[in-house]
Parts: sequence; structure tokens; C-alpha cells
Amino acid sequence: MSEEIKVTCLHDKHVAQGALMTPFAGFDMPIQYCDITTEHNAVRKNVGVFDVSHMGEVHITGPQAEKFVNYIFTNDIAGAPIGKVFYGMMLYPNGGTVDDLLVYKMGENDLFLVINAANIDKDVAWIEEQAREFDVKVDNQSDHYSQLAIQGPNGEKTMKDVFDIDCTDLTFYTFKLVEYDGETIIVSRTGYTGEDGFEVYATAPVIVKMWDMLMDAGVQPCGLGCRDTLRFEAGLPLYGDELTPEISPIMATLGMFCKLDKEGGFIGRDACAQQKAEGSAKKLVGLELKDKAIPRHGYEVLDANENVVGYITTGYRSISVDKSLAFALVDREVGAVGNDLLVRIRKKVFPATVVKKRFYVPNYKK
Amino acid sequence: MSKIIEGLYYSESHEYVRVEGEFGYIGITDYAQHELGNVVYVDMPEVDDEVAAGEEFGAVESVKAASDLMSPVSGTVVEVNEALEDEPGLINKDAFENWIIKVQLSDMGELDSLMDAEAYKAMIGE
Repeated sequence: MSEEIKVTCLHDKHVAQGALMTPFAGFDMPIQYCDITTEHNAVRKNVGVFDVSHMGEVHITGPQAEKFVNYIFTNDIAGAPIGKVFYGMMLYPNGGTVDDLLVYKMGENDLFLVINAANIDKDVAWIEEQAREFDVKVDNQSDHYSQLAIQGPNGEKTMKDVFDIDCTDLTFYTFKLVEYDGETIIVSRTGYTGEDGFEVYATAPVIVKMWDMLMDAGVQPCGLGCRDTLRFEAGLPLYGDELTPEISPIMATLGMFCKLDKEGGFIGRDACAQQKAEGSAKKLVGLELKDKAIPRHGYEVLDANENVVGYITTGYRSISVDKSLAFALVDREVGAVGNDLLVRIRKKVFPATVVKKRFYVPNYKK
Repeated sequence: MSKIIEGLYYSESHEYVRVEGEFGYIGITDYAQHELGNVVYVDMPEVDDEVAAGEEFGAVESVKAASDLMSPVSGTVVEVNEALEDEPGLINKDAFENWIIKVQLSDMGELDSLMDAEAYKAMIGE
């Protein structure tokens, strides 16, 4: 594939600030501005801002919009109040994951889907294909919206001080529309870091202006490097690593976002119900190493007899808890918490213990 | 502008060898540590392990990624820099001072195929 690499509206700013840039999901994105540890700690202890304009947005309206979204989405949005945000997945009939996403209830039969950048074309094609049987309009607005994530315990204060946007009325996973700089923007109390924080959707000119104001206020710019370390510690999956067409949310132990009993069911529901009842062959677990060696994506996980029983999906020398930690997809029978396994790291094997996936206790404002 | 020291031997994969008698101290260059970012772990061989020119003998890891260490020379490991076990970030402070392994060289002739400071400087474009 020789597709032209895309850029966000803040690309020139990132380059001017000296960010390390790398292609990600078809966009030339900032990995870090200074270093991952500093940016990570800014979000954990203070506040940081991410350019996440690469994310995709799909607006679904029409008489059957709610019914349709509930059919392609694992969580249950039926009868939800306007202003609520839901996390969940779109699945293939076999339970494999098309994508994980957020659904914003903007109004009755008016839903706003936020999808992963790498999956925009695939997701839109999938949604349009499923929509044929429904009276709905599917509008890919990914090029219209840019997005900032303002994350950290001082996020609320930053929104007030820098933009004069009062977010005290927003609880976790709710949003509101705000008139700002002549347009209606979306502000939600959501994020991907395990900290309190906000995500803002607006047009490129407004996002550029907001970014400049945050920089003038001294807010730490944060790249995709620490976005990954932060979400990992908080036990959050990344599509492509912990969720894939081969990994269902049941395997990823995200069953709480799959409402198997909701009215009308959803695509992939029966496969999920079967995996839940019988126990999926594979299961996502947390691993903790006693050694300082770092388990990385793709490394083999072995049992005591050195038989391969799985592989690492994400691993780091964790910044907030100072341990070598990983998510691994392993055979269910070896996946019980407390079980001893091995990880092959280059030429050596290191002992690892199965632990809970949430390595860092998130500080959400519920 | 990266620091480059005269009198050392350099490999294309950004390791250096400082030769003292029959021994070589192997580490990564200042340029390499800068490109890598904060080093959080160094995977080192053990004393008495054999290393071979052009072959991997360990890795230096930043938060984001692991980068293989390739030995510029062949020989036997006689010492590893144990200070890096507790403080891998020493490599970022001074990559030339904080060598990774000390090797008893088995073939001094291999040094001829490595770059000198001037050639290495040209390679990294500085």
C-alpha cells in the first residue's frame, strides 16, 4: 500500500515543537515531545494534552438510528439519557472484534460514534453494509472533526482556567455541547489514560486555537508514547493488540461491555454467549515479572515445561508502578491469577506470575 | 551534535569498542543513546559468554522499544557493567563512560573492518 500519509491540523505545531514524529494509523503523529516518562507523569500528577485528531467520527441519524446502533454495538444504549457516553465494541458474527469505540447519545435517534483511526475505512464500510436493512443515515465526519484529550487530575481546572468551560457538571462518561468561539463543540469527561480528563471535538481552526492556548498556559503536550503506557497501566485495551478480528471482548475479559441479554441482541452476540458459557480457549491476562527484563508485543509465553501457551500483546517497564508488566493472550487453563508462567525474552526465559490486568488504579471522577 | 571520541572503533549499528591491550570495552555511542531516548533496561550477557562479531549479545531498551546490541568484535566476556543493572539511565548520562561489556578480544584483525571517529561522524551525518 502506498497511501499518502495524513496529518492532523496540529502537525506543523508538533514539528515546530521538536516532537519525535512517527507514522501511526496512516497519520504522521507525535510519539513524544520531551520524553515518555515526563509526559506520562504529567498526566498522572498534573495535566497533559494529546492531539488525537486522527480518531474517526461517524454520525448516525434517522428513524431507526438507536435500534441500528444497538444492533451493531455490544453495549446497551436503549433508552439512555441524552448526554451519555458508552464504551463497547462492534463485532463480527463470530465474536471477533471489528473495533472498539465510544457512542455519544446526542439526541433521540442521533448518535455520534468515535472509532480508531486505523479502522476508519474498515468501520465505515462495515457500518454502511449493516445499515442497508435499517432506515438510517451514516455520515463519516472524520475529516470534519479534530480532537484534543486533556487528561490528568488538574483537567477540570485547566478546562476552566484556559477555556472558561465549566465541567463540574459532567460526570464520568457524560458529555455536553458548548458554544465556543462561534461553533458548537463537544466536551466529554472521557479518556484513555486512567485519569480524570476530558475530550474535546471541534473543527480544525478551533482545535488549533485551543492547543495554542494550552501551550501558552504551560500545559504539557503529550505524545502517543505515553498514551500507550498510561492506558496499559490502567488495564485498557488497544485495538490491534488486545482486541483484533481474532480476539473477542470475552477473550479480552471485557464481557462487562457486552450486554448479552439486551433486546434485539447484537452482531456477534451468540458467539460471545457461547464463549462465556463454555470458556473461550484463549484469555487475556496480566503478567508480572520479578526481573527487570521487559516483555514486548509478540514475545512467547511458556508454561513450566517451556511449551508455548500464548504471547505478549503489550508489555512495558511500567512507569507508575516500577515493575515489568504485560498483557498476554494465553490458553485459558493457565490463565488463573497466581499461576506461574515464563516469558521468552530474546535468548532467555524469565518467570512471570499471572496477575490482574489493572496495574494502576484509575482516578476517575464518577 | 553528538559526542564522538577519537581513538575508538565504531560499528554501523552504533556500538563502539575502546581497546585497552587485549581487551575491548563495548558500549553504544552517544548518537545511539540520544536516538533511543531514556534507557530503562540493559540486557547483558554473562561473564564467560562468547560474543561474535556482527551477532547480537543483548539489548538496550527505552520505554517504547528494545534495540538489539550487536557485537563489533569477537571474544569472551570478562566483565559486565553491573552499575547498569540498577541504573540503566547512566548510558544517557555518558554513553562512552558507561560501557556495557568488557571482552577479551579473540581476533584483533576484526578492528580493521570497523570505522574510526571520522568515518563514523560522516556516517551519522555530523
